Amino acid sequence: MSRSLKKGPYVDEKILTRIIDMNRRNEKTLLKTWSRSSTIFPEMVGHTIAVHDGRRHVPVYITENMVGHKLGEFAPTRIFRGHGGKLTKEKRVRLK
Amino acid sequence: MARIAGVDLPREKHVEIALTYIYGIGRSRGRKTCEGVGVDPETKVRDLTDEEIVRLREFIDSNYQIEGDLHRERSQNIKRLMEIGCYRGLRHRRGLPVRGQRTHTNARTRKGPRPQVGIKKKRQAQ
Repeated sequence: MSRSLKKGPYVDEKILTRIIDMNRRNEKTLLKTWSRSSTIFPEMVGHTIAVHDGRRHVPVYITENMVGHKLGEFAPTRIFRGHGGKLTKEKRVRLK
Repeated sequence: MARIAGVDLPREKHVEIALTYIYGIGRSRGRKTCEGVGVDPETKVRDLTDEEIVRLREFIDSNYQIEGDLHRERSQNIKRLMEIGCYRGLRHRRGLPVRGQRTHTNARTRKGPRPQVGIKKKRQAQ
């Protein structure tokens, strides 16, 4: 179910205040956050936000197209390295 | 021959249904189009007058996005997702289900036919 419109988009207050502050002072520093569920606001465009993926902070450069998405969408939490590494190796040996 | 939006409508079907042969028009829009134009949904396409066909065409053009335009919009939306590197875009790139479905089993629509394992083995046995 989608979020009630009455509440408006969710964003971690801390991120937004810090971004607005940075915009006022015209600086761009890396902003670390664990709040993956925060919505990307137009104010954040052009900043680089380091989003936690469970292990480290993945730097995400925010572009205009990303507005409205959540921060977490840009920092995948799983790395798929493929199935059956050993199996395919065995097969290769057998074929030789 | 009734030709709307570059699609030939089947002559033997009710207008309501025949309109669904156009990409972007289903049962609901088919019916609404008939209502909007004032054509009985159950007339056969071959019984339509030229004037009615023109009106149908105009109604669809002005109200709905169909065929090429719709295809284009859809693929642009997907392309956008892939370009911004979000999770949904990554799923599209890999050809896996996008909306959180399980992939342990099923998901065959997205993944395509099962890769055949064991064919090589058979060949060796022969």
